Amino acid sequence: MDLILVNLIDGLVTGLLLFMLSAGLTLIFSMMGVLNFAHASFYMLGAYFAYQISIALGFWMGLLIAPLVVGVLGAGVERYGLRRVHQYGHVPELIFTFGLALLIEELVQFIWGKNQLPYSVPDALNFTAFAISGNSIPAYKIFMIFISISIFIGLLYVLTKTRVGMIIQAALSYPRTVEALGHNVPLIFMGVFGVGTALAGVAGVIAGPVLGTFPGMAFVLGSIVFVTIVIGGLGSLWGALIASLLIGWITTFAKSYNIEMENILTGLGISKPESLDDSIFRDFWSLTSPQIADILPYILMVLILIFRPAGLFGKRSS
Amino acid sequence: MKNIAKYGAVSALSLVIGASAAFAENIKIAFIDPLSGPFASTGTNGLHQFEFAADYMVNDKGGLLDGQQMEVLAFDNKISPKESLIQLQVAIDQGARYVVQGNSSGVANALTEAIDKHNRRNPDSRVLFLNYAAVDPALTNDKCNFWHFRFDANSDIKMDALTDVIVQDDSIKKVYIIGQDYSFGKAVSAAANEMLGAKGDGIEVVGDELHPIGKVKDFTPYARKVVSSGADAVITGNWGADMLGIGKAIIDNGFEGPIYTYYAAGSGITAAFGESGKDKIRLISQGSINPIATEEARETYNAFLEKYPDGNIDQSRIFNTIGMLAQAITEAGSATDVVAVASKLEGMEYDSMWGGKLFMRPQDHQIIQDMHVGVHTNDNLDFDYDQSGFGVVTESTVEMASMDSPTTCEMKRPE
Repeated sequence: MDLILVNLIDGLVTGLLLFMLSAGLTLIFSMMGVLNFAHASFYMLGAYFAYQISIALGFWMGLLIAPLVVGVLGAGVERYGLRRVHQYGHVPELIFTFGLALLIEELVQFIWGKNQLPYSVPDALNFTAFAISGNSIPAYKIFMIFISISIFIGLLYVLTKTRVGMIIQAALSYPRTVEALGHNVPLIFMGVFGVGTALAGVAGVIAGPVLGTFPGMAFVLGSIVFVTIVIGGLGSLWGALIASLLIGWITTFAKSYNIEMENILTGLGISKPESLDDSIFRDFWSLTSPQIADILPYILMVLILIFRPAGLFGKRSS
Repeated sequence: MKNIAKYGAVSALSLVIGASAAFAENIKIAFIDPLSGPFASTGTNGLHQFEFAADYMVNDKGGLLDGQQMEVLAFDNKISPKESLIQLQVAIDQGARYVVQGNSSGVANALTEAIDKHNRRNPDSRVLFLNYAAVDPALTNDKCNFWHFRFDANSDIKMDALTDVIVQDDSIKKVYIIGQDYSFGKAVSAAANEMLGAKGDGIEVVGDELHPIGKVKDFTPYARKVVSSGADAVITGNWGADMLGIGKAIIDNGFEGPIYTYYAAGSGITAAFGESGKDKIRLISQGSINPIATEEARETYNAFLEKYPDGNIDQSRIFNTIGMLAQAITEAGSATDVVAVASKLEGMEYDSMWGGKLFMRPQDHQIIQDMHVGVHTNDNLDFDYDQSGFGVVTESTVEMASMDSPTTCEMKRPE
């Protein structure tokens, strides 16, 4: 039972990491109405930049500089790429970001090669914070939780309490009115895009040492980020947070406990076939939850789309 | 002026034709493995070793037969069986008579079936399948065919050697098995359970599970279970990013015992483990790099490093594959009559520069060789991996491992 607490912490780390990615993506979507397929690629860039900087200046400078560089790159992409494509409608925008994702992956492979990079946890955080019945919780995980939560609070504060945040929120819903009031809406768009990608960069910087820094890292995380914002409701920051945590905990608990399909089915009153060897449902009967843990979010997404198409916190009526 | 241009064009054209006529005699080897996606690094490093081995062992020494050169053609299969079959067709159309593949037994199963069919239908363009790393035992048992040769020990042989070592270690009483959810991961788990049951008096399997291949972002929950199970040792057949992920998570979680692996070396994995994996990561493989087996191997490795300064020879069996193929082609006196070449490969005995004798068992086309269990360390290295200062040092050796192991293969040979 001690494992429950450990799993809660692990799920929280996974969820918060996912949140940093989905927060930027969901903001960008609600602002421009475009799904940014390259979002996870900025996450990858964050990790690679931080690795490169950490060689010369150490991990902490990497944490500081890499997200800034990624953010500036993101803003540049909006200013010189997306904004031009925008006038032709949503499909060209989608294709543009999709192409950008492929381009970034190839570039990363070109510059850093295809191997895993030895980007590792800084020595200052490379110790066990505490242990719960033999399971050690590395200090780095606590640090990840701390960083993610401060970013969430900061973001929430800026968006809801400051003048800048109010203008952003207004520009999200009524861009033309805000423009008529004399605000520079394209600049706001560029800023939000930059901040969104910088958040993905931060996620990359702190996730790289634990989840591995390799050219496939964007691919592995890319689809799950979309699932998160669909479940949470496109455009909702709270939705992104709740959905991220939900996915983090669901996958963690599914992996940690061997729940067997057999038990669920017999519990439902379906009797097990005499011989599984020639039953067409053999694989289905022998499934265990760790096997399907990483697919569960997709099942959840399908259910959400059926029963609550706007997502948990989505406001879209149409 | 016009005339000069004309002559120039004609002579250029004739040069091109001449050159392609010379190239036409190349012995084309199709390399079908992932060169993009999550497993790109494993595939690319394998490709480099093949290209180097073909150049260094064959082409630089004047080629085969009457000077024919070996040419390695690379095809990216994105680790998908479906994509592999398309690439196989392209490769055959380009004139390749030899297919090498190794990453994922799922792909190998698809390829061996397709090649068997192709060879029956097209006797004029038959191809051989030289499998250098796909280790699902079925490939040399139920699914064996005359065209498939395996140059790596299959997972049963590896597990046989690995469990020999584990049983001798008195400190190991509880073992945890974890692997990727596909044919190979299941084969590893089945073999480990069976062999530990047969050999190990009192060794208990405290955990046995599979996770989705190439899809897990965070392995921490699995690692938690390993630690709380009280296991003394872990066995995993994972490779690529999945190997690093599970290894890192288990070590970060405070696990102190040995982690027995099939593939935890090279491709950046050694560097990424670094100090944290020292004396924990164990590796079963063929061919000894530390200490280096022969002077020839040392020269070869140094020449490889000259070409790929940040590369590793982490799959020395690739050199065995090229060496044995070259010997078979020479003995058969033809590179296009693949039936003759295959007949020479059957039962071939070959002295590997990486140590020991290799024997291609004729009844199932499974290579038999010495197996080594090595440890990830930075002490006593001849060659490190990933320029990291860390490498794998041989700790124990099982000679001609599983020489007499049974096979269910019923080989059908062409008339």
